[in-house]
Amino acid sequence: MKALSQKRRHPFAGVALLLLGLLITGGLYSAATTINEAQASENADAYSDPDNIEEGERLFVANCATCHGINAEGTDAGPSLIGVGAASVDFQVGTGRMPMQMQGPQAQQKPAQFNDEQTMQLAAYVASLGAGPAVPDDEYLDVDQGDPARGGELFRINCAMCHNAAAAGGALTEGKYAPSLHGVEPRHVYAAMTTGPQNMPVFSDANLVPEDKRDIIAFLQTYESQGTPGGFSLGFLGPVSEGLFIWTGGLALLIASMVWLTSRSS
Amino acid sequence: MGEHGNGDPKDSGAVIKAGEGESGKYAIDNPGLPPHRPRLADESEKVAKGAERVVSVLFLLSIIGTVVFFVGYFAIGQTEGDLQLLRVQNTLLGVGVAFAMLGIGLGVVHWAKTLMPDHEMVEDRKPLRKETEREEAETIINDVLDESQIKRRPLLRNTMIGAALLAPLPFIVTLRDLDRSEDFGVERMRHSMWDEGVHLVRDPSGTRIRASDLTVGTAMHVIPENLRTISSHGERLSEKAKAVTLVMRMNPEDIETVSEGRENWSHDGIIACSKVCTHVGCPVALYERHTHHLLCPCHQSTFDAANEFKVVFGPAGRPLPQLPITVDEEGYLIARSDFTEPVGPTYWERGNTDPEGDYAS
Repeated sequence: MKALSQKRRHPFAGVALLLLGLLITGGLYSAATTINEAQASENADAYSDPDNIEEGERLFVANCATCHGINAEGTDAGPSLIGVGAASVDFQVGTGRMPMQMQGPQAQQKPAQFNDEQTMQLAAYVASLGAGPAVPDDEYLDVDQGDPARGGELFRINCAMCHNAAAAGGALTEGKYAPSLHGVEPRHVYAAMTTGPQNMPVFSDANLVPEDKRDIIAFLQTYESQGTPGGFSLGFLGPVSEGLFIWTGGLALLIASMVWLTSRSS
Repeated sequence: MGEHGNGDPKDSGAVIKAGEGESGKYAIDNPGLPPHRPRLADESEKVAKGAERVVSVLFLLSIIGTVVFFVGYFAIGQTEGDLQLLRVQNTLLGVGVAFAMLGIGLGVVHWAKTLMPDHEMVEDRKPLRKETEREEAETIINDVLDESQIKRRPLLRNTMIGAALLAPLPFIVTLRDLDRSEDFGVERMRHSMWDEGVHLVRDPSGTRIRASDLTVGTAMHVIPENLRTISSHGERLSEKAKAVTLVMRMNPEDIETVSEGRENWSHDGIIACSKVCTHVGCPVALYERHTHHLLCPCHQSTFDAANEFKVVFGPAGRPLPQLPITVDEEGYLIARSDFTEPVGPTYWERGNTDPEGDYAS
């Protein structure tokens, strides 16, 4: 200790300290990135692991093949799944839309029927059938890196016409509808954009690059966290619910005050 | 509420029979006013005091409402992006003003109903004008006509009419010249920024689009590349409003109808159409990739993209105008020409440009 305190006034002491600091930070950083990369590649590996694919095939044959065909080639009751990619399975099964409860205008969201591991195995099997959109990297789901303002602009141009300016969803033709995006997990929002489930158009990476998608997800998260500064949202449905409210509540109030105005005091 | 039941068990004062009184057998006499019934507050000073208290409480409520408004306005002040605080402020402002107004309104009405005198009054209709007054007015007008000699001197009359007709014209002309663009008026609605060779670019980034960027099922919102050459913001918005276009790609075999002259309007299943609804001009962009339906959110007009955007449901009168597109030698999507008909809803000067004449304009 004594030697150290003697040398701390040495002209090169500052430089040495700086070097030491840089080395430690750099070392920690590179270690952290390696761990991250290891995790990411582990994630990608899981989808190409032959065991998972085999397990997924068993699940598929037992639960999905009735409609999608024994080799996922598609039947009259369901489309072919060759080339739809892991992201599609992750979205459809992860949000409970598949297996479908019944045939109808469109598959509805319900509690998921498979756990995360089974979903991953199914996705691995379907991804092994043909190239398709993969499950997004965690990097593009990190909303802290996204720009909500830019995401809002992209959302209003590309998404708001169906999903409503407040992401509350809306009706389409013949019983189909665009679902509400409130409370949807970022990975599912991302997968919906890359795969275009049901009648939703595809927003491929050539249309909205992954950073754009991250911005949109960041916008959705920010929007949800803000609440409703303008008062009651009434379901964010705009003139429909507001009109209903004012035509029933408002008119009833007007009629009541009219009756009160013209009644005689006792 | 009603005025029934004013009679007592022996004599129902409200019931009148025909043939009584002066007006003959079937007519009914003027029944007059129902008997005056004093209110509780007229008879009991205690009730009147209570009514007074209610009214003053309502006025007090109004005072509190105004104070609440100012608390929201000044005490909270500028919220600087804090949305929770903004919500509290909005609530205080709204509730404050509502109670400030309602308190006065309810108080005044309650005051009038309970405390102010409520005796019935009859105000007779004023007598009709007499014939003599009518003649008097007529003579005055005739005198004016005679004295001004307008009948004898038609030159005076005609020049006066001419002057009165021409005088408002300067105002109309200056109004017209508020729009100083070259192609004035409705003719501007006939053309958009699209033209031969204009690149389709993404909205809002303005990047060009390769045909290979669009996978089957993709829908993309595009604007003409030359839109950004307009420097005036307002002008750019009006041009954008006419030029907004939706590009989508479907399986080429899914396209069912290609009428004569439109064979080269699409590129390998990529088709483009105006986003402005032909009904009243809402943006039609709700695209369903499997049914190829485009839905307008305002009045549910539905267009079929596989059949040249013809109307399959709803009030729209014409198909959406299709934008003829192709690719340049680098593979970027470009327009072949402008829309071949005016986009958007029908207007008087538009003319019927529908080739089959199915839809009256």
